[in-house]
Amino acid sequence: MRTLLEVSGVSVTFDGFRAINNLSFQIGPAEMRAIIGPNGAGKTTFMDIVTGKTRPDEGRVIWGDKSVSLIRMSEAQIARAGIGRKFQRPTVFEDQNVFDNLLLALKKNRNPFSVLTYRRSEEDARKVRALAEEIGLSDQLSRKSGELSHGQKQWLEIGMLLAQDPQLLLVDEPAAGMTVEEREHTTAILVEAAKTRAVVVVEHDMEFVRRLNCKVTVLHEGSVLAEGSLDHVTANKDVIDVYLGR
Amino acid sequence: MRQSFFARNPSVVIFLCCLAAFTLVVSLLSEGAGTGFISTSFIKTLGKTLCLCLIAVAMDLVWGYTGILSLGHFAFFGLGGYMIGMWLMYERTRDIVVSSMANAQIPPTEQEVVDAIGTQIFGVVGSSEFPLVWAFADSLVLQLAMVVLIPGLLALVFGWLAFRSRVTGVYLSILTQAMTLALSLYLFQNDSGLRGNNGLSGLQNLPGVEASQAVVSVWFLWASALALGLGYMLAAWVVSGKFGSVIRGIRDDEARVRFLGYSVEGYKLFIFVLSAVIAGIAGALYYPQAGIINPAEVAPIASIYLAVWVAIGGRGRLYGAVIGAAFVSLVSTWFTGGQVPSLDIGFYRIDWVEWWQVILGLSFVIVTLFAPKGIGGLFDLITDRVRPDRHGADYGPDKGSFQEAEGRE
Repeated sequence: MRTLLEVSGVSVTFDGFRAINNLSFQIGPAEMRAIIGPNGAGKTTFMDIVTGKTRPDEGRVIWGDKSVSLIRMSEAQIARAGIGRKFQRPTVFEDQNVFDNLLLALKKNRNPFSVLTYRRSEEDARKVRALAEEIGLSDQLSRKSGELSHGQKQWLEIGMLLAQDPQLLLVDEPAAGMTVEEREHTTAILVEAAKTRAVVVVEHDMEFVRRLNCKVTVLHEGSVLAEGSLDHVTANKDVIDVYLGR
Repeated sequence: MRQSFFARNPSVVIFLCCLAAFTLVVSLLSEGAGTGFISTSFIKTLGKTLCLCLIAVAMDLVWGYTGILSLGHFAFFGLGGYMIGMWLMYERTRDIVVSSMANAQIPPTEQEVVDAIGTQIFGVVGSSEFPLVWAFADSLVLQLAMVVLIPGLLALVFGWLAFRSRVTGVYLSILTQAMTLALSLYLFQNDSGLRGNNGLSGLQNLPGVEASQAVVSVWFLWASALALGLGYMLAAWVVSGKFGSVIRGIRDDEARVRFLGYSVEGYKLFIFVLSAVIAGIAGALYYPQAGIINPAEVAPIASIYLAVWVAIGGRGRLYGAVIGAAFVSLVSTWFTGGQVPSLDIGFYRIDWVEWWQVILGLSFVIVTLFAPKGIGGLFDLITDRVRPDRHGADYGPDKGSFQEAEGRE
C-alpha cells in the first residue's frame, strides 16, 4: 500500500522527559485511523511533530508522493502542503461569522498581497455554502461563530479543515463534551471525510472509537504498543496491562 | 451581486463627509479666509490634531486589528518629521544665506554658499560640516521619498527581527519602547547630525512661499485632512476584505491562523510596515505645523499616549481611533494650556495643568475596565437600535418583523 505519511524512529525529549521514544507510524491515503493511549502517551506531541509545532530530536517525517521531509518546514508551510489539524478545544475565530471563518480556511493563495486583492467570487461563496451544508451549519452562516454551541464550533472547525482540502486530517478529541446526537453527527462527518483523504483521530473515548470502525494504534510512553482492529488491540495483553486493566 | 466598497462600508462615507465638512467650516472661519473667527494658532492646532488622528489610524491597524501593541510608533512619526524638516531647514537657511551674500562684491561660489548654510545650521552644536545624513537635504523629492522610506525601512528591519523570533505580547511592547528610546537617545547626541537636543526649528516657514502664516496654516489643514481621508480609506480597504479577516484572526488566535497555512509573520510585517509608513507621513505633515522637532518628540511616553488615545476612542474600529486621538489631544491641549481656572476645594487647590495627567490616567483605566469598546462603542447603541442584529434568521411571519424575543422562546 502507498503511504501518505511515514514517521520513523522519531524521538523528542522535553527537559529530560522522553515524550516520544523511537516512534514509527505510517498512514496511507484515504484511511481512517484512531490513536488511543493513556494520558502522557505522546498523542498530542505526535501531532505537534507532524504539524511542525515541535521539532523532533531525531528521526524522519516523510510526507506525500514526493517524499518531502516535514522536519525543516514551518507550521504554515506544512499546512499548505496538505495537513490540517483540529485542536482539542474548539478554536474558531469567534469575532467573525461562520461564512468568513470558512472563507478564511478555503484553499486559496495564502500570500499577503494576493489575499489583499482577493475578491469574493460566486464560486467561492458556493463552495462555502456546500461546506456549511456538509457540516450542518447552513442556517448559521451569518452568525458570529462565538455564539455557536460547543458542538457547532467543533463542526465549524472540522468544516474549516475540510475547506483547506487537506490530504491528511489530524483531529484531537473531536467528541469531547458532546451530546450523543452531536457525537453521531461528528462520526458521520469524519467517516465521510475519510473516503477521500486520510483522517487520524486522537480519542480517549472507546465508544466513539468503536463507532469509527477503523484501525487503531495504541501509544504508550511515546511509542507504538499495538496496532490493529479495536477488538484485536483490546485483546492484547500489553494493552490491557497499561491502559485498560489499570 | 457585488456592492461597491463604499456601500459595504457606510462608516467610511460618513467619516469622509464629516471630515470634509469640518475642513470646509474651519477654512471659512480662519484668518486665512479673512473672517478670522478662528485664530491661526488654533488652525495649526486643528491641523496637527488631524495628523495625530492619522497616526491613531495607523496604531489601530497594528493594535486594534492585528493585536500587536506597538509602543514605538512615534519613532516613525518623528522620523517622518525629521526627514521633511531637513529639507525645510536647509532651503530656508539657503534663502537667508543667499540674500545676505547678495551684497558681497564678489558673488559667492556654490561651495561658499553650502559652507555658510552648514555654519548657520550646525553652529549651535559646534560644527559646520554637513553630516552624511544631510546628503539629499537640497532635494525636496528625495527627502519626501525618505519620509516614506526611512520609517518603512526601520519598521521592516525591526519587525522582521522581532516577528521572526515570535516575540509577542508584552515582550514586543517592551521591545518597541526600547526602539523608540534608543532612537531618541541617539538623536539627543550632538554628533548624530540632527542638531542634538536643539532639533530642527523654523519649520513653519515654507521656502519660496510669500504667503502669510494665516494662509499657510490653512494649506496644511487641507493637506492634513486629505492625508487623513486617504489614509482612512486605505486602512478601511485593508481591513474590510479577506486580509482584514486574516489579521483579526491573528489578533484572536495566532496559532490557528498559522495552522490554516497563512504565514503569520508575513502578515504582521506587512501591517507593521504599512502603519509605520502612514505614521511617517503623519509626522511629515505635523512638524511643519508645530514649527519645531526635537528628540523629546520620540520619547517613549509619546507612543504610550498614542495607545491611550486609541484605547479611549475604541480600538478595532477606525473611527474610534480618530475620535480618541482628536478628543483626547484637544482636551489635553485645553487643560495643559493653563486657561482652565483652578478649582479651590478649601484645603487644596486643584491645578489642572498638573491634575490633567491624573485624569487621563484614570480615564484610561476606567475605559479599559468598564468600556473596552471606548467612545466608538457608543455608535453601536445607535446602529443596534436602527437595525437589530437578528443573525439573518427571520422569526416572524413576515421578513423583517421585530419578533426576536418571541423567536427565542
